[in-house]
This record gives sequence, structure tokens and C-alpha cells, in this order.
Amino acid sequence: MDTNALLEKLNEPYGLSGYEEEIQKVVESLFSEYCAGVSTDKLGNVIGFIPCGKEGAKKVMIEAHMDEIGMVVAKINDDGTLLASPIGGIDLKILPAAEVIVHGKEKLYGVVGAKPPHLIDKNKSEARSMDDLAIDIGFSKQEAEKLVNVGDRITFKSGYTKLLSNNAASRCHDDRAGIASLILAAEYLKRLKCDFDIYLCATVQEEVGLRGAKTLAYKLNPDLAISVDVCHGTTPDASDGTFPLGKGPVITIGPNTHRKLTNKLIDIAKAEKIDFQIDVDGGNTGTNAWAIQVAREGIPCILISIPLRYMHTTVETLNTQDVEKTGKLISLFLNKIEGEDICF
Amino acid sequence: MLLKELTALAGVSGCEDEVRDFILEKIKDLKTDEVICDSMGNIIVHKKGKGPKVMVAAHMDEVGFLISQITNEGYLKFKTVGGIDSAVLVSKRVLIGKDKIPGVLGMKAVHLQQGQARNNKANIKDLYIDIGAKSKEEAEGKVKLGDFAVFDSDYVEFGHGKIKAKALDDRVGCAILLEILKEDYDCDLYVAFTTQEEVGTRGAIIAANRVNADFALVIEGTTCSDIHPAKEHQKVSFHDRGPVITIMDGSAIMDKEVVGRLMDVAKRQDIKYQLKRTTAGGTDAGSIQRSNGGVKVGVIAVPCRYIHSPSSVASKFDISECLRLARAFLKSFN
Repeated sequence: MDTNALLEKLNEPYGLSGYEEEIQKVVESLFSEYCAGVSTDKLGNVIGFIPCGKEGAKKVMIEAHMDEIGMVVAKINDDGTLLASPIGGIDLKILPAAEVIVHGKEKLYGVVGAKPPHLIDKNKSEARSMDDLAIDIGFSKQEAEKLVNVGDRITFKSGYTKLLSNNAASRCHDDRAGIASLILAAEYLKRLKCDFDIYLCATVQEEVGLRGAKTLAYKLNPDLAISVDVCHGTTPDASDGTFPLGKGPVITIGPNTHRKLTNKLIDIAKAEKIDFQIDVDGGNTGTNAWAIQVAREGIPCILISIPLRYMHTTVETLNTQDVEKTGKLISLFLNKIEGEDICF
Repeated sequence: MLLKELTALAGVSGCEDEVRDFILEKIKDLKTDEVICDSMGNIIVHKKGKGPKVMVAAHMDEVGFLISQITNEGYLKFKTVGGIDSAVLVSKRVLIGKDKIPGVLGMKAVHLQQGQARNNKANIKDLYIDIGAKSKEEAEGKVKLGDFAVFDSDYVEFGHGKIKAKALDDRVGCAILLEILKEDYDCDLYVAFTTQEEVGTRGAIIAANRVNADFALVIEGTTCSDIHPAKEHQKVSFHDRGPVITIMDGSAIMDKEVVGRLMDVAKRQDIKYQLKRTTAGGTDAGSIQRSNGGVKVGVIAVPCRYIHSPSSVASKFDISECLRLARAFLKSFN
């Protein structure tokens, strides 16, 4: 499958944090092509096992999160519209006129209301609060109550748009792009020697506090964890601390990541001529690596990120070659390092 | 009705070609006496009759964008055409030019917005379109200065008889005019598909001068704010209460005879209607009223929620009642 097709397939299913069932099924089926076994744990994390067949092999967890931000229904108004509460970090600016799917008794299409011109206060610059944003599902209150309950989840609806120069925009590249890179790594590993037992993991509830990764790292207790997430891509209005698209994956150096193994990763990237960029992070990376590092007696972590423009919008934009290079880098890293490299 | 097809077309004011070509093609199969395209791109269709000269008009153009600059990094800066609130732009998709090059309107991620910036509304001059180009050269190979862009938004039917699309203002009027043209009337009928309404009801000026009608009826998509958080007095029209009859708006005080005739035929034929509850906004009726020695004008409109956004929403009931009212009005002249 080409990378665009893989990304499109992974972006399509919904998976609001805590309600990842739909994306879970798609990931299970994609993982099963590469894994000896695929299981799902109590929180919904999907784990694919790729054994190397060697006795006493060290365990490597490679993970990306499959949940996405969205909202839940907080109230059904008298006019049949819905009020919502956010799940994860939503920018209110993306909401007016946004298209959503309300996961009620059935999937219901909806539009987030936008003010008509005569109600816009030109002197007021504030974005509106969630209380002012009604979701229009086109039904009266009576009709809506038969189909929707308070607490039902709401996700953004949006298609997949191919742009120029191998760029593509979609609703939740954060972090389905990470899942895609895991699958590409597994694909490359088919043809490479690897002396580790690999656990390919799609984690839940990252957007609400790295929760799935925490329990999964505890359960697997791997010798090494590689997290793949997204980082901010460079745009005209965001140059500081951001990374250009198409220049390769971003490797994080800082207290959150294992310095010796990270250096090894950088050496391998250089030797194999895979483009990469360096992100120096002085503390909390805000990724699953932060939770995994302190699981059990401690787990050495590597963090690789895919540059992404407009994070947490419905037009998250990435370069598909960065995703491919991430998968390739992970596979070559696991091919080149030895068991004894994983130590302090 | 051809609303799905019509809303899929690009027709930013001054660049109505796609809509015009589509309408001209559809008119070919209908019984007409004369079809004129004028210098601003208006289409005027004449169906001869013995009664008074009546003009019905709807505009083909929609709000959108013109590409005004290609940056060194390959992003596109733009000018808005017509009234677009910056609130509906962030995180939306557009299609640029005749080749429909896809682009997105992004913005610095929320994580990177400092303090008050998180609560501020986006400024149109700070926004840009990302087509994924890696350089100015690559962008220039696909897009030229002055190319138009429209919202990339599908036609969706949902809820209880609702339609979501871009450009319902005023493709809904164009769709109704095409239905009107399928029937015969006693009046001397001129059906005008106008241009450049969104930048000051410009096309209608010359169309009305040419027609020199006794009566004119404009068919529009109009503002509708009938849901939360609008307060009762801010609700200017309502879904599912039929077409809106305008008494007055910013562009014209409607002719009493035309308004009276509209209400009269609606009552006689049991057509649901409502009265517009604001004087804000303007339509082609203003231009038509002050053409030649003055024309008796009226406006009927379909209420459109989130008008001038990529996701405007109308009710099928209102659209079909609007068509009934327009036909009944035209048939009332003999």
C-alpha cells in the first residue's frame, strides 16, 4: 500500500480519546499482516507481537497513539442544537462552520454554528466560548432527544487532501501518522535481521494525559521503548521551535530520552543517509515517552517525531516522505543495534 | 432541482464562468424566446407574454478569495471577495482556480499561541493558504496572481430535510429560476442570472437597465440566526417557516404593491411565509429599484444558517415553498 493510501485508511476511522473502538479494529487488521499475534488490553491499547525467535531476546516496544481530540455532548438545547465540552486541546478558532459527526444512536452529521454578519461585534476580538457554539444536527429537540444523549461523543469530520510535493492534510495525522510509520517499520523489518522481540503498539488516551501508554509500558515492561508522535511543523506564523516538512523525522534529545541510545540512533541515521532533524527539549516532551520512561523500574526511551503543520486542526498537514523515513529509520536502528547496546 | 450541481461550481464575484456555462447549458433544453449574455456576464432569458413586463433575478456569484501574493516559501496570500468573517476561515479547505488546486487555511497551532492570542479572533491579513508547495517556483507553476479560490465543501443532506453546502447564497435562487423557466406564464417574463452581487449588487444594475421591467422579484438566500446563542430579537428568520418576504433592507424599501401581491398569493395558495425581522443586508433589489425610471421591486428569500461560510445550511421545505411562491407570484399577472 502506498503511504498516502495507508495514511488515508488510518485517518478515516474515528477514535476520540477513550472511545477508540473504530480505529482499534482497523489497526488490529493492519498489524495482523506483520505480527504473530495481535491483542487488545483492558484500556483498548492494541499490541502486535513480532518475535525474533531467539531465546532471551530483549523486548522493544514501538508505540504511537491512535486517539484523537474531539468533544462530548453536554446539553441538548430547546432548539434542538447541541452544546459540547472539549476532549483534548481544541482551538476554539477552528470551530465556527466546522463539520462534525455526532456519535449518537447512529452517526449524525452536524455543523458548528457561525455568527451571521449582523450579530458580529467588530470591536470584539475574543474567540467565543464553547457555550456560544451550538452544533446544528438539523433536528428539533424532540427528534434530537431520540437520537442523542448527553455524553455522546463528537468528532470532526474531514476528508484527506493531497497537496503538492508529497504533502497531505487530514483530520488526525496526530498521531495516525505515527501508526503509519510503525506499520512501515514492520514492513521494512520483514527483510531485515533483527534480534529483538518487537511489540508494535497503538495506544489510547494520549490526548487526555498519556494514559494508555502508562498502563501498557507497565504491562509489557520492555527493555527499550520507541515513541513516535508529531511535532510542530514550520509555517509563516510559527518559525521558533518548529521543524520544516520534508526534511526528515525529528529526534528528541533531552532528559526524557535515553542519551546513549539516542546518539546511536543519530549515528545510524547519518551512516544510512536518512534525513533527520534534532529537537532539544529541556523537560516534558508532552508525548507518551514522558509516561513510559518512569514505568516500573524505568524504561529507556527514544522519541521520534513527524513534523506537522496546524496541529489539532482538521487540516493537519505533513509530508508523506517524513513518515516513510521515520519507518525506515526505526527498522534500520533495530537492525543495527545489538542487545548489549541497551544498557546505561 | 439542480442545487447539488450548482453549489459544486466555483463562481466568485467576477469569475462566474462555471455557473454561467452550466446554466446556459441547462437553458438550451427549455422553451425560451431569447437568451442574452451581457458585458458583465449576466444571463437574461426572455419568455414572451402579453401581460406586464416582470423580471425575476438571482445572483450566480458567491463570496470567496482572490490570490494576491505568492510568498517566498510558496504560501498564498489572498484578498476576500464579499463579506467573509475571519471566524469561519481557520482550519478550512479551499480549491484554487480553474484546475481546482487544493489548499488549506491553517494557523499556528493552539499550543504555540501565547496568552491572549489564544482568545483573539484570527485576522484575515495574517492568514494564508497552504497548497503544500516547497518553493515559490513550485507554487507559481500551479497558481497565478488573481486566480480565484472557493471553499471546498460538499453538498450534504442531513437532519430533518436540511442541506449543507457552500454558496447556498444564491445558488438556491439560481436553482429556483431554472425551475421557474420550465413553466409558461402570461406576463412578459425576463429571468436574470446576475453577477457581482456580493461586491455591491453590480451586475443587476445593467441587467435591470436592459430589461426595464414593470415589476421585479429578487430570489435570495438570506441570513438566518434562529438557534442558540442568538437572543429572540436577533433571530431575523427561521428555518421551516417558508420563504422570507422582505419589507425593507439596507438596499431598498420594497414596493407595497409587490409585497402585498406576494402575501396575497401566498395566503390564497396556502404557501407558508415569514417576514424578515431586520433591515440589515442588501440585495439586487436595490440596484433594480433605481434602474431606468424606477421599478417596483420585492424580495423573497430562503433562510440560510451560517451564510457566507463553507457550511451554510438551508431547509428543503423552505426552498420548495419559495419556488411555489415565486411561481404563484408570476402567475398572478395576466
